[in-house]
Amino acid sequence: MKTSSSQSVLFATAEVSLPSQPKRAKSPVSNGVVGMLIFMVTETMFFAALISAYLVIRAGLEEWPPWGQPRLPVETTAFNTVVLLASGLLMGYSRALLQKNNIQKGRRWLGISILLGAFFLISQGYEWLQLIKFGLTVSSSVYGGLFYLIIGAHGFHVVGTLAALIYAWNRLGADENPVTPEGLFPFQLLWYFVVCVWPILYVLVYLT
Amino acid sequence: MSQAATAVQTDTNAEHHEELSFLYKYILPTDHKIIAMQYIFTGMIMAVIGGYFAYAFRMQLAFPGELVPLYGLVGPGEYNMLVTNHGTIMIFWVAMPVLIAGFGNYIIPLMIGCDDMVFPRLNRLSYQIFLASTLVLILSFFVKGGGFGGAWTAYPPLSSVAEYSLTDWGASLWVLAVALEFVSFLLGGINFVTTTMNARAPGMKMMDIPIAVWFIVLAVILFMASVGPLIAGAVMLFMDQRIGTSFFLPSGGGDPLLWQHLFWFFGHPEVYVVLLPTLGIVADIITVFSRKKLFGYKTVLYTAFATGGLSFVVWAHHQFIAGIDPRMANVFVVTTVLISIPLAEMMFSYIATLYGGSIELKTPMLWALSFIAAFLIGGVTGIYLGASALDVYFHDSYFVLAHFHYTFFPITIIGMFAAITFWFPKMFGRMMNDTLGKIHFWGTFIPFNCIFLPLFFLGLAGQHRRIYNYNHFPDLATQELQNIRIFATVSLIVMLCFQLVFIYNFFVSMFKGKKAPDNPWNANTLEWSTPSPPPHGNFKTLPTVYRGAYEYSVPGREMDYWPQNEPPEES
Repeated sequence: MKTSSSQSVLFATAEVSLPSQPKRAKSPVSNGVVGMLIFMVTETMFFAALISAYLVIRAGLEEWPPWGQPRLPVETTAFNTVVLLASGLLMGYSRALLQKNNIQKGRRWLGISILLGAFFLISQGYEWLQLIKFGLTVSSSVYGGLFYLIIGAHGFHVVGTLAALIYAWNRLGADENPVTPEGLFPFQLLWYFVVCVWPILYVLVYLT
Repeated sequence: MSQAATAVQTDTNAEHHEELSFLYKYILPTDHKIIAMQYIFTGMIMAVIGGYFAYAFRMQLAFPGELVPLYGLVGPGEYNMLVTNHGTIMIFWVAMPVLIAGFGNYIIPLMIGCDDMVFPRLNRLSYQIFLASTLVLILSFFVKGGGFGGAWTAYPPLSSVAEYSLTDWGASLWVLAVALEFVSFLLGGINFVTTTMNARAPGMKMMDIPIAVWFIVLAVILFMASVGPLIAGAVMLFMDQRIGTSFFLPSGGGDPLLWQHLFWFFGHPEVYVVLLPTLGIVADIITVFSRKKLFGYKTVLYTAFATGGLSFVVWAHHQFIAGIDPRMANVFVVTTVLISIPLAEMMFSYIATLYGGSIELKTPMLWALSFIAAFLIGGVTGIYLGASALDVYFHDSYFVLAHFHYTFFPITIIGMFAAITFWFPKMFGRMMNDTLGKIHFWGTFIPFNCIFLPLFFLGLAGQHRRIYNYNHFPDLATQELQNIRIFATVSLIVMLCFQLVFIYNFFVSMFKGKKAPDNPWNANTLEWSTPSPPPHGNFKTLPTVYRGAYEYSVPGREMDYWPQNEPPEES
């Protein structure tokens, strides 16, 4: 890590050689975390836009869901929601372990969290296949379009985040060029985001 | 600085800044300076294309139905394509890459005193995605049906139904290009904010950061907070176009106004996204060339915060005639007129900085002053348009067009020239020719006013924006109005010709100009403390900051400037 090394040099210079200088407070958050937080602002606005689009279109229609469209699988998805939330909790547990430098155990729980996330994804994919069979497609109605848009956008985020987490899981504690718990943390944050957005979408799209 | 610390620094520099092969230095660089050049050069090439499009459709307006030299016949569809892509290119492929991505990349690490962006490879990826988006946009001009012609705002259903727009692939590629570009700036923006937050030189407090850096970072934050809805909208529009959804089609249960809201929720902050970097660059230039402290550093900064905050609640002033509730329109009138207050305050701070200063009229200063003058006209006319009662009459007229060109031209073109002429010695290690620079300045600024001032009168005469041949409209086809159109077009051609002076000056100075000293303008900020051009890694020893960026003409000092990194004298 080029920048982190040169930065630690920065701190050293400030403290060692120039005691009279106003000391720059060590940044409380690492580069990766700052970057990820800014990215999450954009993501929040992205999902906010999808949600408002959903509400605006829905408010403009008299019948919701439109006539002849299949009912969404509320119960199975409720189970999926629990699985995803459990995955988020385990991610937090693994983070706590990794922070205590318990790499082996943290890595194991990270793996289980990833597996639960993957289960969520596969189960959702299976649901989609069923729904398409029952005639709910993107072009069958604006209802279908919105369903696949919003749930698909979330699914896309699950895929992306899981890919990053699997990569990190594989390299965590590796002998060469390992991913450090600190390097992993931004992606864990992203996973919390993906997990926390889901219940909102579930209530909005499935329940109401 | 203790010797040990210096030694450590030299070691890290030597370790990380070894000579790179040509491929990694210029084609796949991670050095922020080279990436900045890539952005600036791509943006300048796109500016040439955008200017060429403007030339073609202005010729059609002045001499309707005649062959345009160097272009050919401009038909109605062709005209729409030219106007649409002129707007798209000038905002998304010139203003954004040059001012934010280009100069942001160049000056942020140099001005805050670090060796590179904190995520150099992300920076490189950002440019590569941007390049891909540029190629997709250029490709869209050549597909069957031609480039997209539904205006840069791309209102559906015109933009979403191929039978209406007649540009099946042109429209989709346009959306794809815009979406890709936003992804690119998203990555770049993450980098800018993180770098400025975490990698400042020791001693540099928040209030020591030069205004130019502050404003670029604020612009980036505005962009990050507003771009999400547009990306969502772009995905939905693309799905409407290609896979048969109907999010924006009333026939399928969708809502066309929804796109307008998503678009303008981004589109209005975007105005300030491109405005703020120029305002920051101008602030730096006028302090350097008036040899005076910036008047009200914190005020300027807080007005920018206020502008940024307000910019999120003004978007519906673009939709006063789109059928929104008049009561809602009233709210947006108030917020829109409110936003002129912080900006006016900022302008007054700049003018107060000039007051009593020893002003040197070098080329960058001329550009900075002309920015204030021209932007003032844009701002003042905006107040009329912000009032919904008047906007009902002005909407989509040439008055609007002249108004936003009086804001965007100063922002984009004047801001770009100000920045290039100011930092050219640092970027290439050579001075630009000042006489040629001044000729270019007057040859751009006078014709610019000759193009756009008359357009206000055309707008007041009722000329609508989106008509390619006014001969079909008896009220607008009078010789009197036609003369104004011809005058504007001739002025445009004069202005375009004077750009050759700039291109000549730019390239000749780059290779044959006078060698530039490290600090040709006697400026305070950190980028002037390193050699011109800065080496890979920027600073020989990383600087320490002792004071704010604007300590000019401090009483009791022999020199009228006081570099940020100069240690205070022992007392």
